Order: sequence, then C-alpha cells, then structure tokens
Amino acid sequence: MKYIVEHYNYWLVIIIMMAGFYTVISRGNLIKKIAGLNIFQVSVFLLYISIGNVKDGATPIIEEGITLYSNPLPHVLILTAIVVGVATTALGLALVVRIKETYGTIEEDDIHNQDQSL
Amino acid sequence: MIESAVDITLLSLIAIHAVAIIRMRSLFAVIMLFGGFSFLSAGLFVAMDAADVAFTEAAVGAGISTILMLATLALTYAHEDVQKEEKQPTHKPWLPLSVVLITGGMLIYGTSDIPAFADPNAPAQKHVAPYYLKKSLPETGVPNVVTAVLASYRGFDTLGEVTVIFTAGIAVLLLIGGRRKSKIPFETRSNKE
Repeated sequence: MKYIVEHYNYWLVIIIMMAGFYTVISRGNLIKKIAGLNIFQVSVFLLYISIGNVKDGATPIIEEGITLYSNPLPHVLILTAIVVGVATTALGLALVVRIKETYGTIEEDDIHNQDQSL
Repeated sequence: MIESAVDITLLSLIAIHAVAIIRMRSLFAVIMLFGGFSFLSAGLFVAMDAADVAFTEAAVGAGISTILMLATLALTYAHEDVQKEEKQPTHKPWLPLSVVLITGGMLIYGTSDIPAFADPNAPAQKHVAPYYLKKSLPETGVPNVVTAVLASYRGFDTLGEVTVIFTAGIAVLLLIGGRRKSKIPFETRSNKE
C-alpha cells in the first residue's frame, strides 16, 4: 500500500505517456500524430514537475514565514521545454501543410502508395 | 490527503482525454480534446506548486498549440469536407500495442528506483535547489525563484532558447511562408511535370 501511495503519480503519468506514444506510432493521420507527440511531451513535463514536488511545500516565490518550498529547478527546465516544444509543433505542422500541398493528402498510407507509384 | 485526491482526479481526467484522443476520428474533436488536455495539465501544474509552468502551459500549450493545429486543419482539409475525419486505420493494432505495453512496463519497472512522490528528502531536493532558494532573493532581488534562475542565473540559456524559436520561425516561413497558393489542383499538376 505504501509503495502504491509513493509511486501512483509516476504510474499515471507513464500511462498518459504511453497513450501519446501509441497515437504517434499507430495512427496514420499526420495531424493526429502531432497531437500524440504533444501528449507525450506534456506527460514528460508532468514527470519532471512530479519529481520537483515537495509534500506541503509552497510555490517557490520567496515569502516571509514560509520555510518549505517545492524545487524550482525542474520548473525552470520545463518552462524552457514548453516554449521549445511549441516551436517544434509549429515546424511539424508547417511540414504537414507542405506535405498536403505536394501529395494532396495527409494520410501516411496514401503518401506511401504515391511514392511507390512514382 | 486532499492534495493526492486532487492529483489523482486531475491525472485521471488527463488520461481519459488522452484515450479519447486515440479513439476519436473527427480531427476537430481531437484538437479540442487536446486543448482540454493541456488546460487540465496546467491545473495539475498548479496543484504541484509550479505556478510559472502552469501559466506557460495554459497560454502556450492550450492556447497557441491548439490554434496552430486548427489553422493546419483549415489549410489541409477542404471547406466542403465538414466531417474532417481521419481514415480508418488499415493496420492491425497489435504491433504498436505490444511496443507500447513493453515500453510502459519497462518504464513502470524503472519507477521503483525513483524516490517516493513528494518526498522532501529526495536527492533532487537536497543538491543545488536549497542554494537557489536561499541565495536568489539577496543575489538578484527577485522573489520568484523560477524567474530569478531563468532570467538571471541562466540568462544565456534563455537567450539560446530564443535562438531556437527564431530558427523554428525561419524554418516555418521557408516551408509555407511568402508563396501564393497554387491554383492548379494536385492531380493535373503531376501530369504536366
């Protein structure tokens, strides 16, 4: 029981992570693939923030009378990661638009079929 | 107790959103669910004391990402196509499912080594974090430790981050910017070439 209480957070985050991973590798639609990639990304953020969390800790904004804070360093890392993540999402979606213009479809199977016929 | 109740509720809702995204075939619904997913995770960040991350996730993850995806949907599907659905998958799901289950199993096995969730004595909490919590206010004058580290101690890293975004912006412009939309439909174009 104690083991479950200490680790349930990580397990749920890993389940979400695997949901994103499954979307990426099993779905052929490119927009949906990018949504899956984003789910994966957000779950990694959740894992990092879980590691920085401290029981009964406060948000790391220094205030008199508070002694216990959560770890601010994962927060800094993830702030950077979120912004870089949106940059990669934008790039991926731009590639999707470009693929649509060239192939006329964003379904992976159709794209493979067209490439073989060339 | 109340904290773990909030934690479990939000995580379960997020997991339900993720599973719904897998199952939904209407792309508009997928994108809207993704917005809800991001917003719920922003709520979870607040519950886990990461206010700055929550702000960024709500603005950038739930806001800008969703808008970018909607814009892509508008550009890639015809106006007349009201459904905007993805095609029925042709492959059997067993191979990806087994890959995912094996990876997930290994990751869950790996968590047995991670210190307990929210443990104040975990190594991550004892190394450099106390230094920043103690010194950042006298050294930088910024009460928010995350801002102090991001903009002062690690200011050059943030500059590097700006470079990354700039590069991505240039790449997006090179891929789809500054061209007039081709009037020739795809099928006839390939015949001419």
